[in-house]
Amino acid sequence: MVAIHPDAHAAGDRRKLARSTTWVLVALLLATAWASLAVGASGVSLPAAIGDLLAGRELEARTRIILWDIRLPRLLTGMMVGASLAVAGTVLQGLFRNPLADPGLVGVSAGAGLGAISAIVLGGLLPLGLSEVFGPALVPVMAFAGSWLSVSVLYLIATRGGRTSVATMLLGGIALAAMTAAFSGLLIYIADDQQLRDLTFWSLGSLAGSSWSRTLYAAPLMLTALVAAPALARGLNALALGESAAHHLGIPVQRLKTLAILVVAAAVGAATAISGGIGFVGIVVPHLLRLATGPEHRALLINSALLGASLLLIADVISRSIVAPSELPIGIITAVVGGPFFLWILLRRRANLEI
Amino acid sequence: MLDARDITVAFGHRRVLDRVTFRAAPGALTAIVGPNGSGKTTLLRAMTGELNYAGRIMLGGEDLSTIPVWRLALRRAVLSQFTPLAFPFTVAEVVGLGQIRRGPGSAADLTPRALARVGLSGYANRPYQELSGGEQQRVQLARVLCQVWEPVEAGEARWLFLDEPVSSLDIAHQLQVMQIARDFADAGGGVVAIMHDLNLTAMFADSVALLAEGRLLEQASPEALLRDDLLSRAYGCNLRVSTPPPSGPYVLPQAFSQSFL
Repeated sequence: MVAIHPDAHAAGDRRKLARSTTWVLVALLLATAWASLAVGASGVSLPAAIGDLLAGRELEARTRIILWDIRLPRLLTGMMVGASLAVAGTVLQGLFRNPLADPGLVGVSAGAGLGAISAIVLGGLLPLGLSEVFGPALVPVMAFAGSWLSVSVLYLIATRGGRTSVATMLLGGIALAAMTAAFSGLLIYIADDQQLRDLTFWSLGSLAGSSWSRTLYAAPLMLTALVAAPALARGLNALALGESAAHHLGIPVQRLKTLAILVVAAAVGAATAISGGIGFVGIVVPHLLRLATGPEHRALLINSALLGASLLLIADVISRSIVAPSELPIGIITAVVGGPFFLWILLRRRANLEI
Repeated sequence: MLDARDITVAFGHRRVLDRVTFRAAPGALTAIVGPNGSGKTTLLRAMTGELNYAGRIMLGGEDLSTIPVWRLALRRAVLSQFTPLAFPFTVAEVVGLGQIRRGPGSAADLTPRALARVGLSGYANRPYQELSGGEQQRVQLARVLCQVWEPVEAGEARWLFLDEPVSSLDIAHQLQVMQIARDFADAGGGVVAIMHDLNLTAMFADSVALLAEGRLLEQASPEALLRDDLLSRAYGCNLRVSTPPPSGPYVLPQAFSQSFL
């Protein structure tokens, strides 16, 4: 017997499952957000602080600085970065029709990195007035440009006649990342001492530098990408059948690809600009959710954003409590968990990888 | 009416189609036949709006190149020879993709009816990628049928474009699929199908266009077109119409005894 309930088909069942998953993930995000505010090197009682706020009492200056100036921007940055990386992974995988596409693996993060490094190193060459005005925004904007360029080039390389080759995508990504790294190296070579300090700090991959001003400069790009992503869902679903079938189904394929590339570039660019190289969120999150609730992209994109945000907050809490009062770069945590996970996916799919 | 005039398509310097003229009427099943590489699929892709072409294609009185892609999707559906699927969708989810342009509230979910139509009721929950090639082809047909479920809507014919719809099917399902196409045409819709099996073509088509080396040799009724000389010339081998081979058994599918289905 194939179906126990012939009338209730799986699409309906999985849609329902995806919706309840969304609520579970919202609860998870609230819990991790609480943990992210409550856990830290200096002891601050979060319930007491909230009690004070609700009662209309002034917070102690120390409590206010730790919660408002340090932990809250860090929490918001973590949420946006995690959500952006996971959503970018989901969109990139839908675009390439392959679950192995990850911004970190196929050179998109490297492109964003090159953009950010050029902004840090060459930003000083701008006329003084301009750099005063655009200085802090220059890094996310250049990172956006860098990732946009690398996704576009990668798509041109990997897609022939409407079909994407996995081998070309992965190998092309490696080549792109190598070239980008060479340019980045060149820029680092000519950087001065202050810039080198900025770069090192940035490339560690960390949320430790979060402040309101940095968060606010990167937020518009990430929020735009996150809000725009669900609008791609229908097109990405159709694209799973290939470019010509998507066209037959009434999807303007060229526009879909352009939009998808812009969303990925904005999300990865801003996330990389603000947090450095945090890998594997973009591959782990969509893959887990596809296993749990199926590949339908609307639910997948929303749930990816929620789970990505939660995972990054968890990784951040671990990174600052595991060697407290010092901090591990968060990129180390995500790589330690994500690396084996990626290998597991590869081995599971070895039979039909077609490389 | 589908009216393609002087269609020329070139890939680089190579002319794949050379001034081909092709007509198909609503309410009829029009077959395109010809040897491998004769330009059948290219002609179909030009008429589904996928390729740039020289010449003019009119669909229902409108110039094809001016119809936006979303509106085209409401008027015609296309079944390709092979449709890849990237992620582990279920059968029902794949068929549901045929309805993405209809809007969620526009009609009842056609998925169960479309699956029943292609004889795959009860397959809704199955992972698509685990089906056999023939079953996958029929799921894709169900998706295509969902897209243009009513052969005529608001007085306007809908169109089915089928690229070798029976290529991976057993005989019973070949007949079943051709009958679905036939019924669609009989209900007033237009069907254009690329065919390799000339017997099935003779059985089901109202009009046949024969292509060879990117040119149209002739378009006529099956009785008028399926001639020894013309077919032998087009396919480059000796073909005799209505003549069983001199030795060995000869399997002849019968379209009009459907009791076993």
